[in-house]
Amino acid sequence: MEASHLATVNQTLIDSEQKHFTFANPPNELALESGEKLGPITLAYETYGTLNKQKQNAILVLHALSGDAHAAGTNGWWDSLIGPGKGLDTNKYFVICSNVIGGCRGSTGPSSTNPKTGKPYGSDFPLVTIGDMVNAQARLIDHLGIEKLLAVIGGSMGGMQVLQWMVSYPDRIWSAIPIATTMKHTPQQIAFNEVGRQAIMADSDWKRGHYYGSQVPAKGLAVARMIGHIIYMSDASMAEKFGRRVRPDKEPFKFGAEFEVEGYLRYRGDNFVKRFDANSYIYITKAIDYFNILNGKSLASIFSGLKAKVLVIAFKSDWLYPAYQSQEIVKACKLAGVDATYCEINSTYGHDAFLLETEQETHLIKHFLNTVSNGYNGGA
Amino acid sequence: MKQAPIKTECKIILDWITKEASVLDLGCGDGELLALLLTEKQVHAQGIELSETDIHRCVALGLSVFQQDIDTGLSEYADSSFDYVILNQTLQQVKKPDFALKEALRVGKKAIVGFPNFVQASARLQIFFKGRVPVTKALPYEWYDTPNLHFIGIADFKDYCKKRNIHIEDSAFIRKNSTVKLFPNLFAEVGLFLCSKNA
Repeated sequence: MEASHLATVNQTLIDSEQKHFTFANPPNELALESGEKLGPITLAYETYGTLNKQKQNAILVLHALSGDAHAAGTNGWWDSLIGPGKGLDTNKYFVICSNVIGGCRGSTGPSSTNPKTGKPYGSDFPLVTIGDMVNAQARLIDHLGIEKLLAVIGGSMGGMQVLQWMVSYPDRIWSAIPIATTMKHTPQQIAFNEVGRQAIMADSDWKRGHYYGSQVPAKGLAVARMIGHIIYMSDASMAEKFGRRVRPDKEPFKFGAEFEVEGYLRYRGDNFVKRFDANSYIYITKAIDYFNILNGKSLASIFSGLKAKVLVIAFKSDWLYPAYQSQEIVKACKLAGVDATYCEINSTYGHDAFLLETEQETHLIKHFLNTVSNGYNGGA
Repeated sequence: MKQAPIKTECKIILDWITKEASVLDLGCGDGELLALLLTEKQVHAQGIELSETDIHRCVALGLSVFQQDIDTGLSEYADSSFDYVILNQTLQQVKKPDFALKEALRVGKKAIVGFPNFVQASARLQIFFKGRVPVTKALPYEWYDTPNLHFIGIADFKDYCKKRNIHIEDSAFIRKNSTVKLFPNLFAEVGLFLCSKNA
């Protein structure tokens, strides 16, 4: 069989149809952490692989700020990690990924219809937190008939959701893999997000969030995304990717995208507008900024009693979520006597490394999950 | 999988550790000893190791490990968190061995210390006759690329324990994969000690 043909076969195996689960219908809306209520809620999700009879091989994948439910298959954001024979081996595991609430990729968010007005929520959408996102995911897991997940895994904001699962539903997970993440957002991290939000709000098309049906705040969202791409890369990875190369077709000092890095950022910004909603960007970055898993608790008590095995992964060149923040998670695990592993992968890719260094991640995750499932099957 | 013969050092440590104990291995390397303890003694095992390559190997063996510097990595652990803390071929490589051992005996009820004996006969002969810094089987490094920061002899370690009021519960001395009974400070390549705090 030709390699390309084999690839197509594997791709068909993995390409999953997007499914939807709707719950929290009034009057049983979901109580949000803010005290407000939200309902009905729809979660867009995809699954890969087969749930076994005992329903003990399910892994929940949690996406980052701009991610969605389409984690694997063609153009899946973590396709290099999820699939037959890959790190999250779909021949063995049943992998689930859902779009977060507040998002714009099929799950209920600011661009969804407000049942009270029949119009999109816009900025009337209630504030959602990482805790709310996870509570909604727990309902999806109930719906799928899964009592306990073999693992929850995610990077960046996905990692925050992992930490939230460890705290909110410690008895519903056998293991947790937080990657390139933090227990709480720092002022510097909040500051970057705020510049992104201000770029959107400064766009006259934003109209305080009620722009649906007219021109979207494309410029503002594109600038927000450009800032994102800068902080996801590293000095070294930018130097390697672009250098100081200029594009010969551009006239100097005419404010065109002369340097290759400028062209790249503009391209990324413009493309992002096609698939992402500006209000979702504002809501989700706010949820990230509010994230503080400690929430008044001590580092020593936050994971106390947690039985799940934990694998913490950080990347050396990640300056957005530096390794010291992952080491804090490790510290909390040690204080609570949680069975944990910590690896700091040597990479020059910066924060993006969690999506790019999949060879290293695959090795760690594959063996870690083997250990977890063996321990589990052995009744340990 | 290849079945390598168990090293004498590992055998002795295996004998000292009780079944299902909790063990912290500082500088666990590729996890050989911990994996052995896991299968033979069903211990609750945790390793700390600085090398990323070794972390990958340990994870492949099903071990829980932290990629950390052991000079700073123990402060979060409460007193007596582990039954045993192992410093096998590590003590001579840490920046502050005095502090490391003190910490090991704080977080562990017992500490197992193994190190190359820097004053064994062949090393002495090399210094005396050749006038060179010794390079031996147990000390295979040249002066310019050695990971060893401190030079300990078996007698030195015993003196140290006396000075620090550390109780030596058991000890073993190894030369060429077998144990040495006679004049260990002169003949042994490796010294192994099972230590605890004096009450």
